[in-house]
Amino acid sequence: MSKINELFKKELKVVNIGITGFRDDLKSLSVSVVHVEFRPPAGGNAKLLSILKKLK
Amino acid sequence: MIKEIVIKKNSFFDSVMLMTISREVKNIEGIKEAVVVMATDFNKETLKNVDLVNDEVMEATPSDLIIALKGESEDAIQTAKDKVEEMLTKRTQAQGSEYNPKTLEMALQMAPDSNLALISVPGMYAAEEARKALEAGLHVMLFSDNVSLEDEIKLKKLAQEKGLLMMGPDCGTAIINGVPLAFANKVKRGKIGIVGASGTGTQEVSSIITRLGGGVSQVIGTGGRDLKAEVGGIMMIMGIEALINDDETDVIVLISKPPAKEVMEKVIEKAKGTQKKFIVHFIGADLSFAEKYGLETASTLEETAFKAYEACYGKIAELPYEEEVRIDIEKIRETLKPSQRYIRGLYSGGSLCDEAMVLMKKKFSKVYSNIALTEEEKLPSKDQSIKHTVIDMGDDEFTRGKPHPMIDYTQRVERIFKEAESEEVAVILLDVVLGYGAHKDPASELVPAINKTREIAESKGSNIVFVVALCGTYEDPQDYKKQKEELEKAGAIVATTNKRAVEIAMSIVEA
Repeated sequence: MSKINELFKKELKVVNIGITGFRDDLKSLSVSVVHVEFRPPAGGNAKLLSILKKLK
Repeated sequence: MIKEIVIKKNSFFDSVMLMTISREVKNIEGIKEAVVVMATDFNKETLKNVDLVNDEVMEATPSDLIIALKGESEDAIQTAKDKVEEMLTKRTQAQGSEYNPKTLEMALQMAPDSNLALISVPGMYAAEEARKALEAGLHVMLFSDNVSLEDEIKLKKLAQEKGLLMMGPDCGTAIINGVPLAFANKVKRGKIGIVGASGTGTQEVSSIITRLGGGVSQVIGTGGRDLKAEVGGIMMIMGIEALINDDETDVIVLISKPPAKEVMEKVIEKAKGTQKKFIVHFIGADLSFAEKYGLETASTLEETAFKAYEACYGKIAELPYEEEVRIDIEKIRETLKPSQRYIRGLYSGGSLCDEAMVLMKKKFSKVYSNIALTEEEKLPSKDQSIKHTVIDMGDDEFTRGKPHPMIDYTQRVERIFKEAESEEVAVILLDVVLGYGAHKDPASELVPAINKTREIAESKGSNIVFVVALCGTYEDPQDYKKQKEELEKAGAIVATTNKRAVEIAMSIVEA
C-alpha cells in the first residue's frame, strides 16, 4: 500500500509551521497538532542564510 | 503629529496576526497610521511610504518586530502601544502553558507519530521547511506562496520519490481524513474524492456536494501550478492514483484551471480504464479529449458537484428548496437607469472569478479583468474597471503586504464604494467564501457597505443591485443560514452557487 493510502487509514497528526490561526482551527476540531514557533533562520539575515544553504 | 517606532528584537509573529493587530490599532481614536510588521525588506518599503522609518528600522532583520505609529497626541500613542502589547500578550497566553517547539526536528521529538506538516511561513523560507518535512517522512501541505517554480519542481520530485503528498505551494485548501486544512469547509464524509488545483473551485464543489446531502472521502490540493508543463501534474497524478486505490472513494473529481495540453493528456490517461467514475472539470478548457476516453466532464463547478453526487449516490441532485432564489428581474430592472448596464465582480476566490469570466463570455463579447482570459481583456490598471469587469482581489497584486480578501473585507468594501460611484454600474457581484480560515462573520462587514451604497444610489434616484455567491456548508463556523439571511435582509440577492449568482447578475443587465 502506498504511503498516501496508508495516511488515509490513520488518524491525522499535524505539525503546524506558521500561521497560528490554522493551529487554533485544528485544535477546535480536536485534531492532534504541534505548533512550531517559527523563526526565520539566520535571524532573517539573507546573506548569512545563503551562506548556510551553500554549506548544506 | 507624533511618530513613535518601537522595535522588538527577535520576536517573530505571523503576518495574519500582525495584520489583525494593525487594523485594530488603526481604529483607535487619534491614531492616524499604525503598521505592526516584521522587518522584511518589503515591509520596510511600506514603512518608508508612510514616512515611518529611521536608521534602526533599516538595520532591523526579518525576525524583529516593528511597531510604527502616527498619532495626534501622546495619549493616543500610548493607548495604541498598550493595545499592541495587550494583543501580543493575549496571543502568547492563548498558547497557554503548552510548550511550542522552535523547529520541526523538536516538534518531531515531541510528537514522533506526526504525519503531516501544514506549512505557512513566508515564501522565502517555505521551500526549505517543506524539504525538511518531506525528508522526515511527513506529508506536506504548503500554504505559502512566493515559492519559485524551480523549488516546486524539486519538492514534488522529492515527494514522488518518497511516495508522499506535496500539496502546494500556494495550496489553499485540503481535507484529509475529514480534517479541514487551512481554508476549507466543514464537509460531510462520503465516497467522493477530489483532486483540485484551484482552491476556491474545490471549496465550491466540496461544499455543494455536502449541501446536496453527499460527502467527500478526501480532498487533495495540488497548488495552482501543478498542471503546468514544467511541473507535469506530478501531484494530481499521485492524487488520482491514491484515490483509485482508496476503498472509501467511489467517484473521483478533478478540478483545475485549463492545464497544459500534454499534462491534460497525461492526467486523462491515468484516469481512463479504472473501475472508478471520474468527473473532470478544467475551468473553461476544451474537454472533448476527456470525453473521447469516456470520462464524464462538467462545464461549471455546480455541474461538477451535481454530476459527482449523481454518479456516487444514484439519485438526482437537488439543492435544498430554501436555496432557490425567487426574484422578479423585471421589477429590479425598473429600479435602474438606462445608463446602468454593467456588472462589476469583486472576487476573493481566483477559480470563482475564472468561472464568472467564462460564464459571462458566453453572453458578452468582452469581460475585463486583472486575470483576464485574453490579453486584450486585461485591465490596464487593476484599480480601474472597464465595462463588464470581474476582478480577482485575492491575486498577488492586491495581497502583497495586505491580508487576503477572504480574511479581511477592507479592500473589497473600498472597491464597492468606488464601483458604486460609476453611473454605468448596475450589479456588484461578490463571492463570500465561508469555512475555516475565512472571515468569522462576512455579513458584519458587507451589510453596512451594502446599506451605505444603497443610500448613496437612492440619493441619486437610482439603485445598485448586489448579487452574492455564498460558498460554504450549513456546518461551517460562520453559520451559513445566518449569513444568507443577513445579506438578504440588507437587500442582496444571495445565490448558493457561483454559477447561479453569475446568471442572475447577467439576467439583470441583459436587454
